[in-house]
Amino acid sequence: MIGKVLDSFEEAVRQIPDGASIAVGGFGLSGIPEKLIYALKETGVKNLTIISNNCGTDHHGLGVLLENKQVKKMIASYVGENKTFEQQLLNGDLEVELCPQGTLAERLRAGGAGIPAFYTATGVGTVIADGKDSKVFDGKEYILEKAIVADFAFVKAWKGDKSGNLVYRKTARNFNPLAATAGKITFVEVEELVEVGELDPDEIHTPGVYVQHILLGDNYEKTIERRTVREASIV
Amino acid sequence: MNSRDTIVQRAVQEIKDGMYVNLGIGLPTLVANAISPDINVMLQSENGLLGIGPYPTEAEIDADLINAGKETVTANPGASFFDSAESFAMIRGGHIDVAILGGMEVSENGDLANWVIPGKMIKGMGGAMDLVVGAKRVVVIMEHVNKYGESKVKSSCSLPLTGKGVVDRLITDLAVFDFTPNGMELIELADGVTLEELKEKTEAKFNTTNFALI
Repeated sequence: MIGKVLDSFEEAVRQIPDGASIAVGGFGLSGIPEKLIYALKETGVKNLTIISNNCGTDHHGLGVLLENKQVKKMIASYVGENKTFEQQLLNGDLEVELCPQGTLAERLRAGGAGIPAFYTATGVGTVIADGKDSKVFDGKEYILEKAIVADFAFVKAWKGDKSGNLVYRKTARNFNPLAATAGKITFVEVEELVEVGELDPDEIHTPGVYVQHILLGDNYEKTIERRTVREASIV
Repeated sequence: MNSRDTIVQRAVQEIKDGMYVNLGIGLPTLVANAISPDINVMLQSENGLLGIGPYPTEAEIDADLINAGKETVTANPGASFFDSAESFAMIRGGHIDVAILGGMEVSENGDLANWVIPGKMIKGMGGAMDLVVGAKRVVVIMEHVNKYGESKVKSSCSLPLTGKGVVDRLITDLAVFDFTPNGMELIELADGVTLEELKEKTEAKFNTTNFALI
């Protein structure tokens, strides 16, 4: 098997050219492939199309690519955490395609599964339906949504083996498995890289077939957007 | 009770033992705290968690465990984690018993607007458009009038829609309405609210057929 393990994030992302489309995992700042994003910032490639549920915050996650003016178009469901985003949108430096969250997840899933489009009731009767084909099934209206296949995908997993089998942790899974399938070339960063055979086949969330490159990250920031706590109960 | 408490206390009655429930961000989040410990419900978070628990203690905080509002949470016994496509499969596939969402405007035919105000910065709809078409039952909770005293319960929505004809029940600080094939029906008046006052503060046309019977 051709080796999938790469040692350098900087070298890994060097194959990404200007104008590439990249599907990126994460929800808010949870489960984002932060090492790949920050390495891509250093390359300075421009005119990127980013497909991701959110667009990071100011100074964190995908927000750093915005600040560095590397993003031409963003496909996302919610971008309200980011002032840079607002400014670039108003200036006309950035194009945005808002997509309902479930539709976005399904567009990536469909793209990865070789399904070019699908019908959904989500968005019927709203601006989301503008310009889209619609069809009635059993008396109910649905709109046609197109799948997304990206040139590259950036994925963050908790554990991975050297053949690219992946395990995610808690809600850091989110869009990562979907991005992994929708990228023509998928890069994964993990917190723990193990030998082939060490992961229980029953526990694998993403089979290695979807993964082209895997890298071990360290010193994860794992920024928390809203730190909400309760008092520890007194025993 | 202030108007938000009135809404929350009434909204929590929509949640019954054994239900799978999705609560939106903002006012609906407060409904979670009002659920009686005597009933067993599974709260869904669309970022991939069924079985949301209380906020963590300082010692329990985990950046890999958040809710859809990006707040740190915990997972209750019996919880499960899944990816976003699975999450919306359970939402769009009609497996969630009730979704409780906030609203900016609701119209008399059950349209909901709650995601964007033209001229203001767009933030995005997140999962709201999926929830309103997918959940078995959609309950909208909001204050009846805006800060200028104008009715948010409209004959037709002036804001861009989240969903068309999707609301099953509307709970405000003044009243509860159902949306049925017979139109918008008054179900309950909040304590101390008269029908005259409600009509005065409601732009939408609603019928009182069932209400009068009670």
